[in-house]
Amino acid sequence: MIHNTKAHKFGMLIDLDKCTGCGSCMVSCMAENNVPFKEDESRKKDSITWMRVYKLTNGKSFPDTEVVYMPRPCQHCSGIGDHGHSPCVSVCPATATDYGYDTGIVSQIYTRCFGCRYCMGACPYHARYFNWWDPKWPEGMENYLSPNVSPRMRGVVEKCSFCYHRYQLAKDKAYAEEREIEEMEYQTACTTACPAGAITFGDLNNPAHKVTQIVKPDPHPVPGNPKVVGKSRNPKVFRLLERLGTNTKVYYMSEREWVRKAGDNYLDGEWDKVKNHHGAETSHG
Amino acid sequence: MDSALIPEGAKRCEFPKFMLGIAVVGAVLLWGVYAMFLCWFKGLNQTNMNDYYGFALWIWADLAVIAIGGGAFFTGLLKYIFKIDELKNIINFAVIIGFICYSSALLILAIDIGQPLRGWFIFWHANVHSMLTEVAYCLSCYFAVLTIEFIPNILENRQLNKVSFFHHLAHNMHGVMAIFAATGAFLSFFHQGSLGGVAGVMFGRPFAVRESLLIWPWTFFLFTWSAAAFGPCFTLLVTKITEAITGKKLVGDKTVHLLAKISGWMITTYMVAKIIDTIYWATVTAPSLGFTLDHFYSNNAFYGYWILFAELIVCGLVPGLMLVVKSTRENPKMRLIAIILGVIGVCLNRWVMVLQVFAVPVMSFDNWALYIPSWQEVATTVLPVAYGIILIAVSYRYLPVFPQELELNKPAEAAAE
Repeated sequence: MIHNTKAHKFGMLIDLDKCTGCGSCMVSCMAENNVPFKEDESRKKDSITWMRVYKLTNGKSFPDTEVVYMPRPCQHCSGIGDHGHSPCVSVCPATATDYGYDTGIVSQIYTRCFGCRYCMGACPYHARYFNWWDPKWPEGMENYLSPNVSPRMRGVVEKCSFCYHRYQLAKDKAYAEEREIEEMEYQTACTTACPAGAITFGDLNNPAHKVTQIVKPDPHPVPGNPKVVGKSRNPKVFRLLERLGTNTKVYYMSEREWVRKAGDNYLDGEWDKVKNHHGAETSHG
Repeated sequence: MDSALIPEGAKRCEFPKFMLGIAVVGAVLLWGVYAMFLCWFKGLNQTNMNDYYGFALWIWADLAVIAIGGGAFFTGLLKYIFKIDELKNIINFAVIIGFICYSSALLILAIDIGQPLRGWFIFWHANVHSMLTEVAYCLSCYFAVLTIEFIPNILENRQLNKVSFFHHLAHNMHGVMAIFAATGAFLSFFHQGSLGGVAGVMFGRPFAVRESLLIWPWTFFLFTWSAAAFGPCFTLLVTKITEAITGKKLVGDKTVHLLAKISGWMITTYMVAKIIDTIYWATVTAPSLGFTLDHFYSNNAFYGYWILFAELIVCGLVPGLMLVVKSTRENPKMRLIAIILGVIGVCLNRWVMVLQVFAVPVMSFDNWALYIPSWQEVATTVLPVAYGIILIAVSYRYLPVFPQELELNKPAEAAAE
């Protein structure tokens, strides 16, 4: 009778060669998760965008200019050595953010957060957002809020949850029907909204899931950098700031070398040593 | 008007003049209180912080006052545990300064958090992995210790001391103060250290992260060391300012020279450790994470190499050596320059370890984040300073803070009469 006992490790793959930068993921995320907006949205550094799309260029002038759009949700880090101490979780003094060992999802308990913002300081991805204002929606729009996601009050930190409420709904349904969750039953809002099909979401512990098949995560620590676990064996796939050992569960994919190089910081000459083996390279996280 | 409250034999200014001074500083205090209420009732949108720059000016002030308030625990340790009796002439004042610094730090934290009414969650839902949890516990406990250390001095007020119970309580508290001094030193070791650990454990921020020594990053030890080293500088500086304002000699030269010498050696040895730390971080830690030193100090409008040079050399090694060398240490002007540089140096260190950490971009395609504090942030940062001035003024006027005061000023007062 007991189901869903296997430890999941939900993760995401974003194909940057498919992403058109349309922003559908951002919009769907805001709508799905009751993300409020400000009366004046001109100052972007205090806007809340759980999913943010960065614009990257190769730095070359026309006609060699190339542009890529990089959607960036919370990276759901599992921390050094994959032990669950993600940068934000280990610093939160009130355990308001936590790592789910059964899902791999980094959660945020809004009613427990008291707004010290230490987690924001610890996150190198700027994936965490503080509610500088009380949430306000245009008149009538309150009726469109999702009943499955609690709105957040002023003074607390929030971030992408991989649409955790969707997981709960799918889990409840599967439990009632005495079976495991199927791949397509739990998909994030951004995944389903992406018109280009650039986002793939699933369980990285399940070899049958598409995301696992593309990413091919290595469960062993990288020799030479034991902080890094879960590195992709696909040479076209990379993670942001991988060598820091944050061990994110959001993977990016691109055929283009300069895009993969933008994923991390390299000293002079380092990239040349790893580029041909990126993904399979052992000495470099 | 209030002569009955003033310590016997001590000369103080006229009451109206005193109240005028208090009113002027009180106006600044009220300005800060107004800004504090704005932050509490309207929220942190009153500041210029943002999601990139999540720590305000006042958090730097918070760390800075804790560092310079380190004079209290270190002087207490030297006086009560290491039995350096000469420091009895400045310990009361060191404790008052520490009390002001730590109460200010707690007040600043109460303004800083987004949900002030939930501040107690840090104790209730404590995450044992978080350095900030340790900071909160140690800070609160040490503030309690400082309060206990301050109480006997308050009870020695001329009128309060007439009450037999208070008189004996103060006497007995003095007798057992070594226990509290030891407790304070123990707690300070941890909370000063954990404040350093706050930055050192952020492995997602290569500018801050340091490798571990035992179970802590070595910023843990550097912060404790620097507070013990530079804290006495601040005690000496405030003593000097108080002497200048009151026009009296309040602490004997022998005590000042001794504390300055201890501070000088502590600063110099700390700077050696800090420079080794910086070299290791710049040549091993940062490159292992893909960064050059240049990345942290260029391509922005504020954080240049000047800040590193100012912290390590101008406001670090220089004041340390000035206080170690007898001729400069015992020269009043040179000593004053050294203690001012020292105080600036430790404040600069706290600025770098809190605010520059946020400003440095980590992702290869990200940019530097700089900000200018709002007036509310400035006012709430000035607030503890005004509060401190008032508390020092009231303490000096009504409590026997400086045991050498009468003795040191007797000739001058006799000549004046």
